[in-house]
Amino acid sequence: MRRILLASAALAALAPFTANAAGGSHPLPNIDFSFEGVFGTFDRAQLQRGFQVYREVCAGCHGLDNIAFRNLIDLGYSADEVKALAAEYFVEDGPNDDGEMFEREALPSDYFPNPWANEQEARLSNNGAYPPNLALITDARAGGAEYVYSILTEYQEEPPEGVELLDGQYYTPAKGVISMAPPLWGDDVEYADGTEATLSQQSQDVAAFLAWAAEPTMEARKSLGQKTMLFLAAFTLIFFGVKRKIWADLKH
Amino acid sequence: MSSEPKPYSPFYDNPLVKWVDHRLPVVSMLRHTAEDYPTPKNLNYFWNFGSLAGFMLVTMIVSGLFLAMNYVPHIDYAFDSVERIRRDVNFGWLIQYIHMNGAHFFFIVVYIHMMRGLYYGSYKAPRELLWMLGVVILLLMMGTAFMGYVLPWGQMSLWGATVITALFTAIPIVGPDLQILLLGDFVVGNTTLNRFFALHFVLPFAILGVVVLHVVALHTHGSNNPTGVPIKNKGDAIPFHPYYTVKDLYGIGVFLLCFCAIVFFAPNFMGHPDNYIPANPLVTPALIVPEWYFLPFYAMLRAIDFDILFISAKLGGVLVMFGSIAILFLLPWLDREKVRSANYRPLYRIFFWLFALNAVVLSYVGALPADGPFYFYLAGIRLDFGVSATIVGQLGTLYYFAFFLVIMPLLPRFEKTKQTPESISEPVLGGGPAGAMAPAKPMDKAE
Repeated sequence: MRRILLASAALAALAPFTANAAGGSHPLPNIDFSFEGVFGTFDRAQLQRGFQVYREVCAGCHGLDNIAFRNLIDLGYSADEVKALAAEYFVEDGPNDDGEMFEREALPSDYFPNPWANEQEARLSNNGAYPPNLALITDARAGGAEYVYSILTEYQEEPPEGVELLDGQYYTPAKGVISMAPPLWGDDVEYADGTEATLSQQSQDVAAFLAWAAEPTMEARKSLGQKTMLFLAAFTLIFFGVKRKIWADLKH
Repeated sequence: MSSEPKPYSPFYDNPLVKWVDHRLPVVSMLRHTAEDYPTPKNLNYFWNFGSLAGFMLVTMIVSGLFLAMNYVPHIDYAFDSVERIRRDVNFGWLIQYIHMNGAHFFFIVVYIHMMRGLYYGSYKAPRELLWMLGVVILLLMMGTAFMGYVLPWGQMSLWGATVITALFTAIPIVGPDLQILLLGDFVVGNTTLNRFFALHFVLPFAILGVVVLHVVALHTHGSNNPTGVPIKNKGDAIPFHPYYTVKDLYGIGVFLLCFCAIVFFAPNFMGHPDNYIPANPLVTPALIVPEWYFLPFYAMLRAIDFDILFISAKLGGVLVMFGSIAILFLLPWLDREKVRSANYRPLYRIFFWLFALNAVVLSYVGALPADGPFYFYLAGIRLDFGVSATIVGQLGTLYYFAFFLVIMPLLPRFEKTKQTPESISEPVLGGGPAGAMAPAKPMDKAE
């Protein structure tokens, strides 16, 4: 028993020895998002604000490829609101009976249309850089929502020693050289619920929205997880008791 | 113990049960394997890891089956089909996280299971074939895991596959053609993805078959135990059921607590964020890293960055990497010490723990950039040592092979082993064979 504890302690002691392989050792700002932790849930008001920031600022260049309009029900909108929202967008459909492709109003079952026809067009309009799909960005970057927050709020005027910026490039410590100009300055949108749209507020809101977009099932996951852990803890304890009872009379 | 009359259980007298068993002896086979089967009574919790490995194999097969019902093995659809599973399939997120993290936990369990074997000498006669079958299972697992990782078709999927399949070109003469034969194309692309899916689906059933052989080989001579001394008297052994069935159930409970903590609360902790970026043949990731369970072997592969006579560095690395697993097959004949368990081998114990530490260091080196310095972060502070990662990797590789090829064969000459006990019961009861008591009472509990 002592040996097991010693071995576990030795392995646990290795935990602080981590390699920060994901590009840099920039410490990300610590934001207390509502969805963090075992009991985390999304703040629907925040998600709606974040969605507004995405629509009015980010959607010009960035797609949200994996989200369909119907998913917005999760944000607290009603079915009618979602239908109306979708109808503001146009998607390509067809071919019709004339053999032609045509544009129609989007339905809730449609996915968010990408601002670009293809990657080449995206790169052409953005100095050769490709604005990534934002629907998975918090999963695709180490640091997740806090990484997104850092990108939006921590642009540096001057890059550090030895880093050269070409025309159309900027510098954020989290990513390094980035081809995106600072998209938010503060007061870029007027929030429907009247919240003050500071840079920090907008960045937090859109980061939370993107965290939702990357994993809409997160709340179900944590909720089922809490119940599962309780169940397992209870039954593991029971099995421990049963094991002890069965082994009790044996000299071992 | 096996000659004692079994307690009366009405189940075995049921006419239907008897009818079936007379024609297909499933029931008596189960009874023989579980209820009658004599197991040493002193097994510690490190003996739980075999059943945990079996549990994980079944979990992976079932979760994988349900994923396969929704997955599309085509490069234009694979990534999005996985996203569909995560978002739209009922509990798809759960099935996918179970399968993804299940692979990690399967390897954790199997590595600990193997370390148990190394420590207690479970690979020594007459269990050589048991050990070798286990190494075959490990090889099949590694192949399955490698191909499985390609299926989501993320950046790491594509580039990890590209790097590892490129190794085949190192084989002289047939190498490049062999690589094209395996990939089905000149590069890792749709053809490769499709066949990797087929192979990934089928290999687990091959693993299942070898596991059956592995268990049959085990049952031939029974389990080893922490003393390394075989069962000598009745009192040394107990029936597998109910003692070890309940202990295994408890072990599964503890394991599931760890597994579910990760699946539900940190499902992406063990993976790599780059695999959430769709595969792009035109964009190479900054750092191509295999999953952690391949890292020690990856480090050994990269350690050979110099030519040896007519063997190129690339071929040398491939030979060392495959050699590191091939050498495991030879283990029963490399270790010449008669005493089985490291409990009684104080010198071997030191080398064993060094081996474990070395495996961790090699894993770490495998994740570092190949040309860079060796460093790590301790509580947020970066520590450098003025050595390159390659040197540390080379030293680690040297120790790995020295452990098997030098230390193990030579230790018997220098080691003063401690006195092994007379029997399994002796350390517990303090007497000789006469002190062993047949555990009559617990048998009555067998229902």
